[in-house]
Amino acid sequence: MANKVIVETNINGDPVELLCEPRQSLLEVLRDVLELTGSKEGCLTGDCGACTVVIDGRPVCSCLMLGVEATGKKITTIEGLAAGASLHVLQQKFLENASLQCGICTPGFLMSAKALLDRNPNPTEAEIRYSLAGNLCRCTGYDKIVRAVTDAAAAMAGRGRPAHGTVPSETASGMAGEMLAKGEVK
Amino acid sequence: MHAINYEAPKSLDEAVKLLAAHGEKARPLSGGTDLLIQLRAGTRRPEFVVDIKEIPELARISFSLQHGLKLGAAVPCIAIHENGDMRKYYPGLTEAAHLIGSLQIQSRATVGGNLCNGSPAADTTPALVALGAQARLAGPKGERIVPVDGFCLAPGRTVLQPGELLVELQIPAPERHASDAYLRFIPRNEMDIAVVGVGAALSLDVSDDRVVEARIGLGAVGPTPIFAAEASKSLIGKTLDAAAIERAAKLAVAAATPIDDMRGTAEFRRHVVGVLTRRTLAIAAERARAANQR
Ligand code: FES
Ligand code: FES
Repeated sequence: MANKVIVETNINGDPVELLCEPRQSLLEVLRDVLELTGSKEGCLTGDCGACTVVIDGRPVCSCLMLGVEATGKKITTIEGLAAGASLHVLQQKFLENASLQCGICTPGFLMSAKALLDRNPNPTEAEIRYSLAGNLCRCTGYDKIVRAVTDAAAAMAGRGRPAHGTVPSETASGMAGEMLAKGEVK
Repeated sequence: MHAINYEAPKSLDEAVKLLAAHGEKARPLSGGTDLLIQLRAGTRRPEFVVDIKEIPELARISFSLQHGLKLGAAVPCIAIHENGDMRKYYPGLTEAAHLIGSLQIQSRATVGGNLCNGSPAADTTPALVALGAQARLAGPKGERIVPVDGFCLAPGRTVLQPGELLVELQIPAPERHASDAYLRFIPRNEMDIAVVGVGAALSLDVSDDRVVEARIGLGAVGPTPIFAAEASKSLIGKTLDAAAIERAAKLAVAAATPIDDMRGTAEFRRHVVGVLTRRTLAIAAERARAANQR
Protein backbone atom coordinates (compact mmCIF):
# COMPACT_ATOMS: atom_id res chain seq x y z
CA MET A 1 0.00 0.00 0.00
CA ALA A 2 1.21 3.39 -0.83
CA ASN A 3 2.10 5.45 2.21
CA LYS A 4 0.50 8.84 2.04
CA VAL A 5 1.61 11.92 3.86
CA ILE A 6 -0.07 15.19 4.69
CA VAL A 7 1.50 18.27 3.12
CA GLU A 8 0.67 21.78 4.25
CA THR A 9 1.51 24.43 1.74
CA ASN A 10 0.22 27.61 0.20
CA ILE A 11 -0.95 27.67 -3.39
CA ASN A 12 -1.98 30.85 -5.16
CA GLY A 13 -2.46 32.61 -1.85
CA ASP A 14 -4.58 29.92 -0.22
CA PRO A 15 -3.39 27.61 2.54
CA VAL A 16 -3.71 24.06 1.24
CA GLU A 17 -3.55 20.78 3.10
CA LEU A 18 -3.24 17.78 0.84
CA LEU A 19 -2.54 14.09 0.92
CA CYS A 20 0.03 12.61 -1.42
CA GLU A 21 2.56 9.84 -1.79
CA PRO A 22 6.16 10.90 -1.12
CA ARG A 23 7.17 9.60 -4.56
CA GLN A 24 4.78 11.98 -6.35
CA SER A 25 6.33 15.00 -7.99
CA LEU A 26 4.90 18.43 -7.31
CA LEU A 27 3.65 18.38 -10.90
CA GLU A 28 1.71 15.15 -10.27
CA VAL A 29 0.35 16.55 -7.04
CA LEU A 30 -0.81 19.74 -8.75
CA ARG A 31 -2.38 17.94 -11.69
CA ASP A 32 -3.64 14.67 -10.24
CA VAL A 33 -4.31 15.45 -6.60
CA LEU A 34 -5.39 19.08 -6.75
CA GLU A 35 -6.65 18.97 -10.34
CA LEU A 36 -4.76 22.12 -11.18
CA THR A 37 -4.02 21.00 -14.72
CA GLY A 38 -2.67 24.30 -15.99
CA SER A 39 0.92 23.25 -15.33
CA LYS A 40 1.87 20.99 -18.21
CA GLU A 41 3.94 17.85 -18.45
CA GLY A 42 6.46 17.88 -21.29
CA CYS A 43 9.70 16.05 -20.66
CA LEU A 44 9.79 15.18 -16.93
CA THR A 45 13.54 15.83 -17.02
CA GLY A 46 13.76 19.56 -16.37
CA ASP A 47 14.44 20.41 -20.00
CA CYS A 48 11.24 21.91 -21.38
CA GLY A 49 9.89 24.16 -18.62
CA ALA A 50 6.23 23.37 -19.38
CA CYS A 51 5.76 22.48 -15.71
CA THR A 52 7.23 25.75 -14.38
CA VAL A 53 5.68 27.17 -11.23
CA VAL A 54 6.96 29.97 -9.00
CA ILE A 55 8.05 28.94 -5.52
CA ASP A 56 8.99 31.60 -3.01
CA GLY A 57 9.64 33.96 -5.89
CA ARG A 58 11.74 31.61 -8.00
CA PRO A 59 10.85 29.67 -11.13
CA VAL A 60 11.06 25.93 -10.56
CA CYS A 61 10.34 22.85 -12.67
CA SER A 62 7.56 21.17 -10.73
CA CYS A 63 8.50 17.86 -12.35
CA LEU A 64 11.85 17.93 -10.55
CA MET A 65 10.49 18.49 -7.09
CA LEU A 66 8.60 16.14 -4.81
CA GLY A 67 5.16 17.24 -3.69
CA VAL A 68 6.26 16.78 -0.07
CA GLU A 69 9.00 19.34 -0.62
CA ALA A 70 6.26 21.95 -1.01
CA THR A 71 5.73 21.92 2.74
CA GLY A 72 5.72 25.48 4.05
CA LYS A 73 6.33 27.00 0.64
CA LYS A 74 4.44 29.68 -1.25
CA ILE A 75 3.58 28.38 -4.69
CA THR A 76 2.11 30.30 -7.59
CA THR A 77 0.79 28.28 -10.50
CA ILE A 78 -0.68 29.49 -13.76
CA GLU A 79 -4.12 29.23 -12.15
CA GLY A 80 -3.09 32.02 -9.78
CA LEU A 81 -2.00 34.43 -12.48
CA ALA A 82 -5.31 35.99 -13.55
CA ALA A 83 -7.36 37.84 -10.94
CA GLY A 84 -10.71 36.18 -11.44
CA ALA A 85 -11.95 37.03 -14.89
CA SER A 86 -9.34 39.67 -15.55
CA LEU A 87 -6.21 38.39 -17.17
CA HIS A 88 -2.75 39.22 -15.87
CA VAL A 89 -1.04 41.74 -18.10
CA LEU A 90 1.38 39.02 -19.24
CA GLN A 91 -1.54 36.89 -20.41
CA GLN A 92 -3.06 39.90 -22.09
CA LYS A 93 0.17 40.67 -23.93
CA PHE A 94 0.59 37.03 -24.96
CA LEU A 95 -2.82 37.29 -26.62
CA GLU A 96 -2.14 40.64 -28.24
CA ASN A 97 1.18 39.44 -29.63
CA ALA A 98 -0.08 36.02 -30.72
CA SER A 99 2.62 34.51 -28.55
CA LEU A 100 1.17 31.03 -28.62
CA GLN A 101 0.06 28.48 -31.13
CA CYS A 102 -0.59 25.04 -29.65
CA GLY A 103 -0.29 26.56 -26.18
CA ILE A 104 1.27 23.69 -24.26
CA CYS A 105 4.36 25.71 -23.44
CA THR A 106 2.41 28.84 -22.53
CA PRO A 107 1.74 28.30 -18.81
CA GLY A 108 5.44 27.62 -18.26
CA PHE A 109 6.52 30.70 -20.21
CA LEU A 110 4.04 32.84 -18.32
CA MET A 111 5.33 31.63 -14.96
CA SER A 112 8.98 32.15 -15.93
CA ALA A 113 8.09 35.62 -17.19
CA LYS A 114 6.22 36.41 -14.00
CA ALA A 115 9.17 35.34 -11.86
CA LEU A 116 11.38 37.59 -13.99
CA LEU A 117 9.17 40.69 -13.88
CA ASP A 118 8.54 40.33 -10.14
CA ARG A 119 12.28 40.52 -9.61
CA ASN A 120 13.25 42.79 -12.46
CA PRO A 121 10.41 45.00 -13.71
CA ASN A 122 12.49 46.51 -16.49
CA PRO A 123 14.50 43.71 -18.10
CA THR A 124 16.57 44.03 -21.25
CA GLU A 125 15.81 41.78 -24.18
CA ALA A 126 18.86 39.69 -23.30
CA GLU A 127 17.60 39.29 -19.74
CA ILE A 128 14.20 38.26 -21.01
CA ARG A 129 15.69 35.69 -23.36
CA TYR A 130 17.99 34.37 -20.65
CA SER A 131 15.12 34.06 -18.20
CA LEU A 132 12.99 32.20 -20.73
CA ALA A 133 15.80 29.93 -21.87
CA GLY A 134 14.55 27.10 -19.68
CA ASN A 135 11.27 27.03 -21.57
CA LEU A 136 10.98 25.34 -24.92
CA CYS A 137 8.44 26.19 -27.61
CA ARG A 138 8.15 24.17 -30.79
CA CYS A 139 5.62 26.49 -32.42
CA THR A 140 6.22 30.21 -32.11
CA GLY A 141 9.92 30.75 -32.73
CA TYR A 142 10.10 32.67 -29.43
CA ASP A 143 10.15 36.21 -30.84
CA LYS A 144 6.49 36.88 -30.16
CA ILE A 145 6.89 35.58 -26.65
CA VAL A 146 9.81 37.93 -26.03
CA ARG A 147 7.75 40.83 -27.42
CA ALA A 148 4.84 39.98 -25.14
CA VAL A 149 7.08 40.05 -22.08
CA THR A 150 8.66 43.32 -23.22
CA ASP A 151 5.20 44.80 -23.69
CA ALA A 152 4.00 43.51 -20.36
CA ALA A 153 6.97 45.08 -18.58
CA ALA A 154 6.27 48.38 -20.32
CA ALA A 155 2.56 48.23 -19.51
CA MET A 156 3.22 47.41 -15.88
CA ALA A 157 5.55 50.38 -15.64
CA GLY A 158 2.89 52.59 -17.19
CA ARG A 159 4.88 53.05 -20.37
CA GLY A 160 3.38 52.53 -23.76
CA ARG A 161 4.43 49.82 -26.11
CA PRO A 162 8.14 50.24 -26.67
CA ALA A 163 9.31 51.00 -30.16
CA HIS A 164 10.36 47.62 -31.40
CA GLY A 165 9.03 48.58 -34.76
CA THR A 166 8.17 45.29 -36.30
CA VAL A 167 5.49 44.17 -33.88
CA PRO A 168 2.52 42.75 -35.72
CA SER A 169 -0.71 44.05 -34.28
CA GLU A 170 -2.83 40.94 -34.64
CA THR A 171 -4.15 39.31 -31.53
CA ALA A 172 -4.10 35.61 -30.90
CA SER A 173 -6.65 34.06 -33.12
CA GLY A 174 -7.76 30.56 -33.84
CA MET A 175 -8.47 27.87 -31.35
CA ALA A 176 -5.55 28.42 -29.04
CA GLY A 177 -6.30 32.10 -28.70
CA GLU A 178 -9.97 31.53 -27.98
CA MET A 179 -9.24 28.80 -25.51
CA LEU A 180 -6.73 30.95 -23.70
CA ALA A 181 -9.19 33.79 -23.52
CA LYS A 182 -11.84 31.47 -22.11
CA GLY A 183 -9.41 30.09 -19.63
CA GLU A 184 -9.53 26.57 -21.07
CA VAL A 185 -5.85 26.62 -21.79
CA LYS A 186 -3.97 27.99 -18.92
CA MET B 1 8.64 5.94 -9.75
CA HIS B 2 8.89 3.36 -6.98
CA ALA B 3 7.52 4.09 -3.51
CA ILE B 4 9.84 6.02 -1.22
CA ASN B 5 9.85 7.31 2.31
CA TYR B 6 10.63 10.98 2.73
CA GLU B 7 12.26 12.61 5.72
CA ALA B 8 13.27 16.23 6.16
CA PRO B 9 15.40 16.42 9.30
CA LYS B 10 15.91 19.82 10.88
CA SER B 11 19.39 19.19 12.25
CA LEU B 12 22.61 17.63 11.03
CA ASP B 13 22.51 15.19 13.94
CA GLU B 14 19.10 13.97 13.00
CA ALA B 15 20.11 13.64 9.34
CA VAL B 16 23.22 11.64 10.20
CA LYS B 17 21.16 9.30 12.40
CA LEU B 18 18.56 8.77 9.70
CA LEU B 19 21.16 8.12 7.05
CA ALA B 20 23.11 5.82 9.37
CA ALA B 21 19.98 3.85 10.19
CA HIS B 22 19.18 3.23 6.53
CA GLY B 23 22.69 2.99 5.07
CA GLU B 24 22.66 2.09 1.40
CA LYS B 25 18.89 2.25 1.29
CA ALA B 26 18.97 6.00 1.85
CA ARG B 27 19.95 8.85 -0.44
CA PRO B 28 20.26 12.50 0.54
CA LEU B 29 18.10 14.88 -1.47
CA SER B 30 19.38 18.37 -2.13
CA GLY B 31 18.05 20.24 -5.17
CA GLY B 32 16.77 17.00 -6.68
CA THR B 33 17.52 17.99 -10.27
CA ASP B 34 19.58 14.82 -10.75
CA LEU B 35 17.98 12.59 -8.12
CA LEU B 36 14.39 12.92 -9.33
CA ILE B 37 15.42 12.02 -12.85
CA GLN B 38 17.34 9.00 -11.52
CA LEU B 39 14.39 7.90 -9.38
CA ARG B 40 12.05 8.16 -12.33
CA ALA B 41 14.44 6.28 -14.61
CA GLY B 42 15.05 3.67 -11.92
CA THR B 43 18.82 4.16 -12.04
CA ARG B 44 18.81 4.85 -8.30
CA ARG B 45 16.26 3.11 -6.11
CA PRO B 46 16.64 4.37 -2.53
CA GLU B 47 13.86 3.43 -0.09
CA PHE B 48 14.53 6.52 1.97
CA VAL B 49 15.03 10.00 0.62
CA VAL B 50 16.48 12.37 3.20
CA ASP B 51 15.88 16.01 2.29
CA ILE B 52 18.78 18.05 3.67
CA LYS B 53 17.48 21.52 2.75
CA GLU B 54 15.85 22.14 6.15
CA ILE B 55 19.15 21.89 8.00
CA PRO B 56 20.31 25.48 8.64
CA GLU B 57 24.00 24.58 8.58
CA LEU B 58 23.67 23.08 5.10
CA ALA B 59 21.60 25.91 3.70
CA ARG B 60 24.02 28.77 4.26
CA ILE B 61 26.93 30.53 2.67
CA SER B 62 29.38 31.88 5.20
CA PHE B 63 32.40 33.86 4.14
CA SER B 64 35.05 36.00 5.76
CA LEU B 65 38.52 37.02 4.66
CA GLN B 66 39.81 35.45 7.86
CA HIS B 67 38.12 32.09 7.64
CA GLY B 68 37.37 31.71 3.98
CA LEU B 69 34.24 30.14 2.58
CA LYS B 70 31.91 27.53 3.93
CA LEU B 71 29.37 26.68 1.28
CA GLY B 72 26.53 24.53 2.61
CA ALA B 73 25.72 21.43 0.60
CA ALA B 74 22.10 22.53 0.11
CA VAL B 75 22.69 26.07 -1.18
CA PRO B 76 21.06 26.46 -4.61
CA CYS B 77 23.21 27.74 -7.46
CA ILE B 78 21.11 30.88 -7.84
CA ALA B 79 21.91 31.90 -4.25
CA ILE B 80 25.61 31.69 -5.08
CA HIS B 81 25.20 33.96 -8.06
CA GLU B 82 23.21 36.42 -5.96
CA ASN B 83 25.82 36.53 -3.20
CA GLY B 84 28.17 39.53 -3.46
CA ASP B 85 31.07 37.79 -1.70
CA MET B 86 30.82 34.80 -4.02
CA ARG B 87 30.89 36.99 -7.11
CA LYS B 88 33.77 39.05 -5.77
CA TYR B 89 36.04 36.42 -4.24
CA TYR B 90 35.15 33.29 -6.21
CA PRO B 91 33.99 34.54 -9.61
CA GLY B 92 35.04 31.32 -11.35
CA LEU B 93 33.04 29.06 -9.06
CA THR B 94 30.15 31.51 -9.30
CA GLU B 95 30.16 31.43 -13.09
CA ALA B 96 30.33 27.63 -13.05
CA ALA B 97 27.27 27.50 -10.78
CA HIS B 98 25.50 30.02 -12.99
CA LEU B 99 26.11 27.91 -16.10
CA ILE B 100 24.20 24.90 -14.86
CA GLY B 101 20.91 24.53 -16.70
CA SER B 102 18.14 27.08 -16.79
CA LEU B 103 17.04 29.45 -14.03
CA GLN B 104 14.49 26.81 -13.05
CA ILE B 105 17.36 24.38 -12.51
CA GLN B 106 19.58 26.94 -10.78
CA SER B 107 16.76 27.68 -8.36
CA ARG B 108 17.09 24.11 -7.09
CA ALA B 109 20.39 22.54 -8.12
CA THR B 110 23.31 22.77 -5.69
CA VAL B 111 27.09 22.70 -5.99
CA GLY B 112 27.12 20.00 -3.32
CA GLY B 113 24.72 17.87 -5.34
CA ASN B 114 26.72 18.49 -8.49
CA LEU B 115 29.76 17.05 -6.70
CA CYS B 116 27.99 14.11 -5.02
CA ASN B 117 26.24 13.10 -8.24
CA GLY B 118 29.72 12.28 -9.48
CA SER B 119 29.35 13.19 -13.13
CA PRO B 120 32.68 13.62 -14.91
CA ALA B 121 31.15 16.60 -16.72
CA ALA B 122 29.94 18.44 -13.59
CA ASP B 123 30.56 22.14 -14.17
CA THR B 124 31.29 23.20 -10.63
CA THR B 125 33.70 20.40 -9.72
CA PRO B 126 36.69 21.60 -11.81
CA ALA B 127 36.11 25.08 -10.35
CA LEU B 128 36.19 23.57 -6.84
CA VAL B 129 39.31 21.57 -7.67
CA ALA B 130 41.00 24.75 -8.91
CA LEU B 131 40.17 26.51 -5.66
CA GLY B 132 41.58 23.66 -3.57
CA ALA B 133 38.19 23.04 -1.97
CA GLN B 134 37.73 20.48 0.79
CA ALA B 135 34.56 18.57 1.50
CA ARG B 136 33.34 18.20 5.06
CA LEU B 137 31.49 14.90 5.44
CA ALA B 138 29.41 13.59 8.32
CA GLY B 139 28.56 9.93 8.72
CA PRO B 140 27.91 7.11 11.15
CA LYS B 141 31.60 7.04 12.12
CA GLY B 142 31.85 10.77 12.70
CA GLU B 143 33.10 13.60 10.56
CA ARG B 144 35.98 13.78 8.10
CA ILE B 145 37.37 16.30 5.66
CA VAL B 146 38.49 15.18 2.22
CA PRO B 147 39.81 17.18 -0.73
CA VAL B 148 37.44 17.66 -3.65
CA ASP B 149 40.32 16.55 -5.86
CA GLY B 150 39.90 12.79 -5.54
CA PHE B 151 36.31 12.95 -4.26
CA CYS B 152 34.99 11.38 -7.46
CA LEU B 153 36.13 7.80 -8.09
CA ALA B 154 34.31 6.91 -11.31
CA PRO B 155 31.24 8.18 -13.19
CA GLY B 156 28.47 8.32 -10.55
CA ARG B 157 30.77 7.04 -7.78
CA THR B 158 32.37 9.08 -5.02
CA VAL B 159 34.21 8.56 -1.74
CA LEU B 160 30.93 8.95 0.15
CA GLN B 161 30.31 5.85 2.25
CA PRO B 162 26.82 4.47 2.88
CA GLY B 163 25.11 6.78 5.34
CA GLU B 164 27.64 9.55 4.79
CA LEU B 165 26.57 13.08 3.92
CA LEU B 166 28.29 16.12 2.43
CA VAL B 167 27.85 18.95 4.93
CA GLU B 168 29.72 21.80 3.28
CA LEU B 169 32.51 22.77 0.96
CA GLN B 170 35.35 24.68 2.52
CA ILE B 171 37.53 26.97 0.47
CA PRO B 172 40.40 29.08 1.81
CA ALA B 173 40.03 32.84 1.60
CA PRO B 174 41.75 34.17 -1.50
CA GLU B 175 45.17 35.75 -1.11
CA ARG B 176 45.52 39.45 -1.79
CA HIS B 177 45.94 39.13 -5.54
CA ALA B 178 44.12 35.91 -6.30
CA SER B 179 41.15 34.93 -8.36
CA ASP B 180 39.64 32.16 -10.43
CA ALA B 181 37.82 31.50 -13.68
CA TYR B 182 35.79 28.72 -15.25
CA LEU B 183 34.98 28.15 -18.91
CA ARG B 184 33.33 25.29 -20.65
CA PHE B 185 32.81 24.38 -24.25
CA ILE B 186 29.35 23.42 -25.45
CA PRO B 187 28.12 23.46 -29.04
CA ARG B 188 25.42 26.04 -28.25
CA ASN B 189 25.11 29.18 -26.15
CA GLU B 190 23.49 27.86 -23.00
CA MET B 191 22.02 24.85 -21.36
CA ASP B 192 24.11 21.92 -22.36
CA ILE B 193 26.49 19.48 -20.77
CA ALA B 194 30.17 20.36 -20.93
CA VAL B 195 32.18 18.84 -23.74
CA VAL B 196 35.18 20.21 -21.88
CA GLY B 197 35.30 22.37 -18.76
CA VAL B 198 38.37 24.06 -17.30
CA GLY B 199 38.71 25.88 -13.99
CA ALA B 200 41.80 27.84 -13.02
CA ALA B 201 42.76 29.65 -9.82
CA LEU B 202 45.79 31.88 -9.49
CA SER B 203 47.51 33.86 -6.80
CA LEU B 204 50.02 36.42 -8.04
CA ASP B 205 52.83 38.52 -6.70
CA VAL B 206 51.93 41.69 -8.56
CA SER B 207 55.30 43.34 -7.95
CA ASP B 208 56.75 41.15 -10.70
CA ASP B 209 53.66 39.31 -11.99
CA ARG B 210 54.99 36.02 -10.66
CA VAL B 211 52.67 33.12 -9.88
CA VAL B 212 52.58 32.24 -6.21
CA GLU B 213 49.93 29.57 -6.47
CA ALA B 214 48.16 27.96 -9.39
CA ARG B 215 45.62 25.19 -9.71
CA ILE B 216 43.91 23.92 -12.83
CA GLY B 217 40.89 21.60 -12.79
CA LEU B 218 39.58 19.77 -15.87
CA GLY B 219 36.07 18.45 -16.49
CA ALA B 220 34.54 16.04 -19.01
CA VAL B 221 37.92 14.76 -20.20
CA GLY B 222 38.23 11.65 -18.04
CA PRO B 223 36.12 9.32 -15.88
CA THR B 224 36.35 11.88 -13.08
CA PRO B 225 37.18 15.58 -12.85
CA ILE B 226 40.96 15.96 -13.00
CA PHE B 227 43.45 18.10 -11.12
CA ALA B 228 46.10 19.00 -13.69
CA ALA B 229 48.98 18.81 -11.21
CA GLU B 230 51.92 19.15 -13.61
CA ALA B 231 50.33 22.04 -15.47
CA SER B 232 49.60 23.81 -12.19
CA LYS B 233 53.10 23.22 -10.83
CA SER B 234 54.71 24.45 -14.03
CA LEU B 235 53.36 27.94 -13.37
CA ILE B 236 54.51 28.41 -9.81
CA GLY B 237 57.32 30.94 -9.45
CA LYS B 238 57.07 31.86 -13.13
CA THR B 239 56.16 35.15 -14.68
CA LEU B 240 52.77 34.70 -16.24
CA ASP B 241 53.72 35.37 -19.84
CA ALA B 242 52.57 33.72 -23.04
CA ALA B 243 55.27 31.06 -22.85
CA ALA B 244 54.32 30.04 -19.32
CA ILE B 245 50.66 29.86 -20.26
CA GLU B 246 51.47 27.83 -23.36
CA ARG B 247 53.54 25.35 -21.35
CA ALA B 248 50.75 24.96 -18.78
CA ALA B 249 48.19 24.44 -21.53
CA LYS B 250 50.32 21.66 -23.09
CA LEU B 251 50.68 19.96 -19.71
CA ALA B 252 46.93 20.27 -19.10
CA VAL B 253 46.30 18.58 -22.44
CA ALA B 254 48.65 15.80 -21.38
CA ALA B 255 46.69 15.35 -18.13
CA ALA B 256 43.40 14.84 -19.96
CA THR B 257 42.21 11.30 -20.71
CA PRO B 258 39.13 11.92 -22.82
CA ILE B 259 37.07 9.42 -24.78
CA ASP B 260 35.15 9.72 -28.04
CA ASP B 261 31.44 10.07 -27.45
CA MET B 262 28.44 11.82 -28.96
CA ARG B 263 29.55 15.15 -27.52
CA GLY B 264 32.98 15.15 -29.10
CA THR B 265 36.01 13.12 -30.07
CA ALA B 266 38.94 12.61 -27.76
CA GLU B 267 41.16 14.50 -30.18
CA PHE B 268 38.80 17.50 -30.26
CA ARG B 269 38.51 17.47 -26.49
CA ARG B 270 42.27 17.49 -26.04
CA HIS B 271 42.49 20.47 -28.35
CA VAL B 272 39.79 22.30 -26.41
CA VAL B 273 41.52 21.61 -23.09
CA GLY B 274 44.49 23.58 -24.41
CA VAL B 275 42.34 26.44 -25.64
CA LEU B 276 40.29 26.72 -22.46
CA THR B 277 43.33 26.39 -20.21
CA ARG B 278 44.95 29.36 -21.96
CA ARG B 279 41.75 31.38 -21.71
CA THR B 280 40.89 30.59 -18.08
CA LEU B 281 44.45 31.35 -17.01
CA ALA B 282 44.32 34.69 -18.80
CA ILE B 283 40.97 35.58 -17.21
CA ALA B 284 42.01 34.42 -13.74
CA ALA B 285 45.25 36.41 -14.07
CA GLU B 286 43.42 39.53 -15.14
CA ARG B 287 41.09 39.21 -12.18
CA ALA B 288 43.90 38.42 -9.76
CA ARG B 289 45.84 41.52 -10.83
CA ALA B 290 42.77 43.68 -10.33
CA ALA B 291 41.92 42.09 -6.98
CA ASN B 292 43.18 43.75 -3.84
CA GLN B 293 41.44 41.97 -1.08
CA ARG B 294 43.39 42.34 2.11
S1 FES C 1 7.99 18.62 -17.72
FE1 FES C 1 9.17 19.62 -16.24
S2 FES C 1 10.70 20.56 -17.42
FE2 FES C 1 9.63 19.41 -18.91
S1 FES D 1 2.95 27.27 -28.66
FE1 FES D 1 3.21 25.21 -29.15
S2 FES D 1 4.99 24.69 -28.04
FE2 FES D 1 4.84 26.79 -27.73
